[in-house]
Parts: sequence; C-alpha cells; structure tokens
Amino acid sequence: MTELFVATKKGLFVYDGEPGAQFKQTARAFAGEPVEYALRDPRSGRVLASVTSPFHGPKVWYTDDPAGEWQQAEGVALPEGGDAALERLWVLALGEGDETVYAGGDPGVLLESRDGGLTWGLNHALWEHQRQEAWQPGGGGLCLHSICPWPGDADRLTVAVSAAGVWHTEDGGETWHRGDQGIVPGYMPEEDREAATNLCVHHMERAPLRPERLFMQFHGGVYRSDDAGESWTNIGDGLPADFGFPLMVDPADPDSAYVIPLTADIDRVTPDGRVRVYETRDAGASWTPRGEGLPQEEAYLTVLRQSFCRAGSRDPLELYFGATSGDVFGSGDAGASWFTVATRLPTVYAVAAS
Amino acid sequence: MATIRVREPLKKLAGGESDHPVEGATVAELLRGFEGEYAQLSGWILDERGHIRRHINVFVNGEPGDEDTAVGPDDRVDILPAISGG
Repeated sequence: MTELFVATKKGLFVYDGEPGAQFKQTARAFAGEPVEYALRDPRSGRVLASVTSPFHGPKVWYTDDPAGEWQQAEGVALPEGGDAALERLWVLALGEGDETVYAGGDPGVLLESRDGGLTWGLNHALWEHQRQEAWQPGGGGLCLHSICPWPGDADRLTVAVSAAGVWHTEDGGETWHRGDQGIVPGYMPEEDREAATNLCVHHMERAPLRPERLFMQFHGGVYRSDDAGESWTNIGDGLPADFGFPLMVDPADPDSAYVIPLTADIDRVTPDGRVRVYETRDAGASWTPRGEGLPQEEAYLTVLRQSFCRAGSRDPLELYFGATSGDVFGSGDAGASWFTVATRLPTVYAVAAS
Repeated sequence: MATIRVREPLKKLAGGESDHPVEGATVAELLRGFEGEYAQLSGWILDERGHIRRHINVFVNGEPGDEDTAVGPDDRVDILPAISGG
C-alpha cells in the first residue's frame, strides 16, 4: 500500500492506494492553508508538514495520524532581532542520522532537527554565507529546495538554492563550499556566465547507489555530476525543452533520471499540450518520452519542483507527480504507463510517497 | 493593563481565551509580552524582526495601529487577519 501526501495551496490531502487501483483520500489537513511539503518518516512513523499561513508565517507540524491532531514543532525561525524573517519552507528531507530531518526554505535557509522534527535549529554556517554574499532570489523567492544526504555518511550533505547554486558540507554542516563548475546560466550575458554565482538550480537528486553522482534540472539545462557535485555536464540534448522544475531518480539504477520538461521559462507548460515524462537509463546520453496514460491533447500543465516523487525503493519503481492544475498522476511500472490518482485538487505544491 | 483580544486560531493557542490583559506602553511591547506568555504563539503575530506580520492588522480601540502606537491601561487591542489571500 502506498501512502501519498499531496501538499497544495489549500491544504494537505493524503491518499492510500495501489498502483493501477483507485486511490482513496484518507485525510485533509490544514484546510485553506498553503502546505508546502509533507512526508511520513518511516523511522518514527511520524508525519511532518511545513505550512505557511499567509497570516501567521511558516510553521512545521507533526502527527502520527494526519487525520487527527497536529502538534506545532519548536524552533522554526531565524534568530530574533535580526533583519530577516523566515518566509517559507519549501521542503522537508530525512537525514542520515537516526532522527535527523532537514527543512529548506526562504531566504536560503537550512533548518536541522535531531529529534525527528519536534525541535529545530538554524544551520548557522550556511546562513553566514547567505548573509555575507547577498544571495539573489529566483522568481519564487530565495529558496533552499533540494537536500541530498550522502547515504551512510551523516557528515556529507549537498543542498541547492535558487538562485545561489549548489553547496556542500563534509563536516556535518560546520563549513560549506560551492560546487558550480560547468553550470551555464544562459540568463546572464555571455561574458558573465563563468563567474556567475546567481545560479538558478530548480531541483537536484543524488543517485543512492553511486552517491558521487547527482542529477540537476537547471533554469535552462539538465546536468549530471560524477564528482559529488563539484562539476557538472549538460545532458539535456534530446529533450524537447531544457526548462522544467522537478527531477527524480530510480534508486536502484544510478544511470537513471526522470524529468518533466516545460516549454520555456517564458511559457512554463508542458510542450505542445502533451504531458510527458522523459526517462534516461544511460545517465543522460539519451532520453525516452513516457506518456502512456497521461493527457496527450490540449493539456498545458505546470509541474513544480517538489511535485515529483518516488515511493521509497520499491521494485518496480513507483513514481507520482502533481500539477498546478490539481491533477495527480502515478506510475507503478517505472514510468512506462501512468494512471490518474486525483483530479480537481487545489494547486499542487508537492507530492511525497511512502 | 490593556487588553489584547484575539480570535481563532490565536485564541486556541492562548489558552482558549479571547481577552488577555497584558502590560506594555506600545503595541509592540504588548505583543511581545503576549507571545512570551504562550510559547505556542511565538512568531504567530510578530516575525523574527519584531515586525507585525504583513497580513495581520492591529486596531487600538477600533483605530488602525502599528508597532509604535501608544497604549494605555484601559485600551483594547484587536488582532485580526487582514483582507488578503487568494
């Protein structure tokens, strides 16, 4: 049974189901509130959700039963008395420590929890980079959106920020360095591209079986790194467009990646009115469209960066994605065919499965 | 003491009561004291900079106020969500 957490502009929707069969809605929580992300931590069974009330600001909530009562986590804030406020939490991610959980948000913030999400604190070392280097926000804000732990090594972590590029730590977050070599920001003048640091990464994922390999959807380009994210190679040839937001990998195959291209940065919808997921099984040398079961006519969908996920490490691979149209789709055969999970939901911000 | 008046969801986080007598000479002092009294309320009205959140309105005896508005012992301060959203 797969449990699906669909975070939307108007609340969290939870579904249970099996690929190919009808998914049943089991909970709606935070009705009317923008829910940025939600997941169940399999280590504790706890469900965590990041919610940004337009009135009361971003919070993290937790529960064992998403249809029941939720508790507010503590410490979800920037230092008091400064000149910045936490604006939004884009993503939650499980770390390598037994109870480590991360949250990424705006303005370029990494929060850490060592007790499974009950209490949180700021990663000050990365925050100092943000403060001293005047990171530039992307269109959606200065969002830290991708958090990639290194399997088996709690000290190594890679994160990505729009638009401040890729950052690595190898000492548990005490120090950080950039990993941007080879990324070409086409939105900058040619003479400024090599030195640019305002790099608009849209999403990044690590290949668990080969952790030095990462894949990235950039604001114009799909990239792969084979040296733990220090340098990057564009692998976007063969795609109908090099723009898009989400990216996913098959944890059993380090040569795999999936993207959902959108037409262009000035036309952020599925190309030609066709919804297609593109798959590579050769590390980006070639791409194959996967559209069976997805709308192929007059379908101009936008899929946001957190709205594409896999269900754990199951074989065959289960994939799910949601669109701002309120449609959610799933695949129980690694993307070969797709089925509809839900329609007519509010704008989908994120999808996570367990 | 001035009285802070709240409605849901702040009311639930403030012990289920609507009216709260709080010490302070300005709206900012009142709100800091109010949030400090209920740990779960921290950050719900004021952000980390000490500013009233953008979509929260504060009224002192029915008149719009801000952080610096002076408050007397018999005043009532209403905390209300602004007309906003989408």
